[in-house]
Amino acid sequence: MHRYMLRRLLLMLPTLLGVAVLVFLLMRVVPGDIVEMRFAEGQFFNAELVAKERARLGLDRPLWRQFLDWLWGMVRLDFGLSMWSGNPIAHEIALRLQLSLQLALMATVVAVLLAIPLGTLAALRQDTWVDYVARVFAIAGLAMPSFWLGIVMFIILLAVFHWIPPMVFTPLWENPWQNLAQMIWPALAVGYRFSAVAMRMTRSAMLEVLREDYIRTARAKGLWQRLIVKRHALKNALLPVLTVIGLEFAFLLGGLVVTEQVFNLNGLGLLFVQSVARRDYTLVQALVLLVAFVYILVNFCVDLLYGWLDPRLRYQ
Amino acid sequence: MQLGHNRWCQGWLLALALGVVVLMAPGLFVLAQEQPRSGGELIMAVPSEPPSYDGHREETFGLIHPIAPFYSLLLRVDPNDYTKVVGDVAERWTVADDQLSYTFTLRKGVTFHDGSPVTAKDVKASYDKIIFPPAGVVSDRQGQYTVVEAVEAPDDDTVRFRLKWPSASFLLSLASPWNFIYKADMLAKDMHWYEQNIMGSGPFVFVEHVRGSHLVGKRNPNYWDKGKPYLDGYRALFITDTAARVATLKGERAHIEFRGLAPKQRDEIVKALGAKATVQESPWDCILMVTMNHEKKPFGDPRVRRALTLALDRYEGSRVLSQIAIVKEVAGVQVPGTPYATPPEALAGLAGYGTNIEASRQEARRLLKEAGVEGLSFTFKNRGIPMPYEPLGIWLIDQWRKIGVNVNQEVIEAAAYYKVLRAGEHDVAMDFQCGYIVDPDLDLYKFLSVDRNPSNYSRYSDRVLDELYDKQSRAINPEERKQYIRQFEKRLLDEEAHYIMTLQWQRIIPHSAKVKGWKITPSHYLNQQLDTVWLAE
Amino acid sequence: MMQTRPPIAAVEQASRARPLPRWLRGGLRFARRWPLGAVGAAIIVVMILVAIAAPLVAPYHPLETDFAAQFSPPTLAHWLGTDAFGRDLLSRLIYGSRTALLVGFVSAFVGATLGALIGVASAYFGGRIDLLMQRLVDLFLAFPIIILALAVVSILGTGVSNVIMAITVPMIPNCARVVRASALAVRQMPYVDAARAAGYGHGRIIFRHMLPNVMAPYLIMLTAYVGQAILLEASLSFLGLGVAEPTAAWGLMLRGAAVEFAETAPWLAIFPGLAISLGVFAFNLFGDALRDALDPKLRVL
Repeated sequence: MHRYMLRRLLLMLPTLLGVAVLVFLLMRVVPGDIVEMRFAEGQFFNAELVAKERARLGLDRPLWRQFLDWLWGMVRLDFGLSMWSGNPIAHEIALRLQLSLQLALMATVVAVLLAIPLGTLAALRQDTWVDYVARVFAIAGLAMPSFWLGIVMFIILLAVFHWIPPMVFTPLWENPWQNLAQMIWPALAVGYRFSAVAMRMTRSAMLEVLREDYIRTARAKGLWQRLIVKRHALKNALLPVLTVIGLEFAFLLGGLVVTEQVFNLNGLGLLFVQSVARRDYTLVQALVLLVAFVYILVNFCVDLLYGWLDPRLRYQ
Repeated sequence: MQLGHNRWCQGWLLALALGVVVLMAPGLFVLAQEQPRSGGELIMAVPSEPPSYDGHREETFGLIHPIAPFYSLLLRVDPNDYTKVVGDVAERWTVADDQLSYTFTLRKGVTFHDGSPVTAKDVKASYDKIIFPPAGVVSDRQGQYTVVEAVEAPDDDTVRFRLKWPSASFLLSLASPWNFIYKADMLAKDMHWYEQNIMGSGPFVFVEHVRGSHLVGKRNPNYWDKGKPYLDGYRALFITDTAARVATLKGERAHIEFRGLAPKQRDEIVKALGAKATVQESPWDCILMVTMNHEKKPFGDPRVRRALTLALDRYEGSRVLSQIAIVKEVAGVQVPGTPYATPPEALAGLAGYGTNIEASRQEARRLLKEAGVEGLSFTFKNRGIPMPYEPLGIWLIDQWRKIGVNVNQEVIEAAAYYKVLRAGEHDVAMDFQCGYIVDPDLDLYKFLSVDRNPSNYSRYSDRVLDELYDKQSRAINPEERKQYIRQFEKRLLDEEAHYIMTLQWQRIIPHSAKVKGWKITPSHYLNQQLDTVWLAE
Repeated sequence: MMQTRPPIAAVEQASRARPLPRWLRGGLRFARRWPLGAVGAAIIVVMILVAIAAPLVAPYHPLETDFAAQFSPPTLAHWLGTDAFGRDLLSRLIYGSRTALLVGFVSAFVGATLGALIGVASAYFGGRIDLLMQRLVDLFLAFPIIILALAVVSILGTGVSNVIMAITVPMIPNCARVVRASALAVRQMPYVDAARAAGYGHGRIIFRHMLPNVMAPYLIMLTAYVGQAILLEASLSFLGLGVAEPTAAWGLMLRGAAVEFAETAPWLAIFPGLAISLGVFAFNLFGDALRDALDPKLRVL
């Protein structure tokens, strides 16, 4: 077991390194840089201005030097300064992390509350109208762009209730009502889509487990056994469901770019898009590494879980 | 009897007094209403955030709107009349007879927020940073002050600017909203201190800034203009999404947005708020221009360029586009309504500004045929910003189709856009210009030859134009200056058609009717110190 | 004795002179067993027909502006209303189906095929090659999709072909991972080793023996990807990184004016969103049924 853990841990490192190299190179291949972004609009733009600022940001050093300096900083957990604002990156990320984390958690709660009961029900009543309704409901959730759902929500709120959610984020402990009044809508929009994915996984996993021989025999024996068996079934089916939930949660942290824009949320997704648009290399690199790390970590935990539950996998 | 006569007199007097009061009452009522009221917090929505806090090195209005209230300038544009310049820290000034020396006397009693007095030393240090930046310090608008020989502070209350040649726009250039007065001691310690810190002498004091969310300022109790500012404080909410910003105004969660909204958004807000909303509109000192790369065939041929500008029905375009986009007036090189704007007779004489569009388009087709490029087709590079680039791009392509020119549009993302333009890889592209003060020196600088101005994306060298620019810059007599500017305009837009002006932007500010004391100007960088603003009940 | 005959057999009996063609029989059986899938397939067929016949079906040209009729609500002249330039929304939706299907099919096909190839090769060669490919796959899976798409679009510019490229890239690793799992099972089959022993080259074994056996997961991923590609194109266009104006594309129609005028002209936002939802819905329904029919155990994450 320990060797399995160690192996999977070691495999994380080259992936992270690969992500670091990829994002570094990618940002530098993309045309335009932050200095041009900042000063190009002005009437008195000239090459001297550009050279000065580039030197100040360290962009005139050779590429390998920039990469190594940055990597060394990351290893020491020194995220550096944002090229756009000059603020420490750790500070910039921390400001948005709170919101993104809360949104991801709320969406997950919505998803779990919807998905698990619906998916189980659909599996137990397979091919009945209950199953069809549940599946249509789930696929509709997958099909609708969640940002479109947000826009429609706004339209309905304004047209019917003449009310819009608060536009400025207040932390949960400061003013829970205002916080929830703002966050419930994106959480619902995102959570619906999330629940669709989880529901389908719950249903198919449950179906698989229910087909197992021991379940069928127990079914033949009668109602009481069926209840016990259902609980067993659910437990075994839970593993792939947890996998899906974990991976989706990791995606939610930095992936909600369009939703954040529509609901005007000051989250990591918006920071992502803004810093790429501004060519703020250091901030983009730090963000990508952070998001990739979370994803890899979740994968690692899932692998551990699987390895613990299914010893056959350990010897691959 | 004496008593009866007195009572009659008294009665008359009483009636007279009542009559006077009744007549004056409305006047008194109005006066009472318009009397600025102290107190309240102004909430503004700002579309973008300041990168750093240093006004000398930034170019975005995202800095001006939240940060300008913390600082004083030497001179500023009059909040009530944008054609005039008044003193902020400067009380009065004199100009030498030879126009080569400007001497300013500073006000007494102006202090920084940390209590220390503002002296000539501070003004000199700030302007030295702007005009003669030391190594490693970037001053964006250094190029605007090439006329300055030196800045002197002979004593604590006097600042003198010595110039190399007479400049008609010098006073106006000193009123630039970016020229914050910093404290000399801070600059001496660290030239970059003001990038991450705020400490000025303006009407408001910095309280807090949560990145991506909001910024708060509160009233400066020691402001030199006693009684001002009227507001207790202000709060800037950073909301990048336009729809969210409009919703904030409609839902009365913010009072005002100082940049400008689209016509349909104004209509939405007025419909939602009714009498609770006021709308102020003005031509905007921003314009989109079509730049044609003279180094690429066939755009080096003036006939082709003239044809492209003749194809545009500007008046119809103004009529339709002003309903969906932030553009409106048909203009030349200066904002309509300003001292050097193009008079109607001069405007009609420019190619593409005629009222007979059929004749213009026929002429355009004839020119294309003569130049041998019938059936011309090219790629039009446009910037990836929805308003007003998209609608104008669509309109241009539509208009060019009417003279048989087939254009397809390539949209380039903002950061890559300037790189492409500067590399000269484009055939035809959308260029733009926003002035922070309405000044010919500033607005015409763009059109100088490419070796003088690297931002000239049409990449031409036109010495006649350069000469006209220099002449107008040094013409102290306004009438003489107007003449040079008209000649410049005619050569730029008509004879050579180096650039094609589209429509002048229109600044539309719908705001809460409670906001008083703020008058719109053609520039969204001006009049943002908020000292004259007050909130009605 | 009451005998209930399955309808197909009854039809066959009735027309014994002319038996139904095989594909129709198979199709009807599919429709009976998985009605939801049949609904999905029907919608897809309608979409394809509409896209092909767009010039015949659409009442107006999608680029035709009519400033007099700006922002008009659904009327007899314009069934779904007009946008900020007076362009007919229905026509733009119809032509938009072309863009959606083009982007969807090409991205899905290229992404799934390349992914399947990589997955199979990875499973076949095993050992270090497998390890290396797995790491690369992990890398791209961990990399945020939006950044990849942003980078591709920034380098190459906007436009349909560049959007296809931007969407294809994140699809490849996902498919590779899923197909590899199936391919590993095939790898263990004795006939693969026998083929090696018989001297067949790697390429031949991969293409003729392994790939055909992973057809099931490949097809399932393919149909799932079409829906995802349409959604991704919508998101990218919404951000301004997808197809450029004035091309008619569903995601692009949601951008800008649709959101800003959501209250006064809600039809601008509602109809394109419905179109996207319907398209992705249909592909998902069909893809689900396909999976149930071919390989119910497959987990398409």
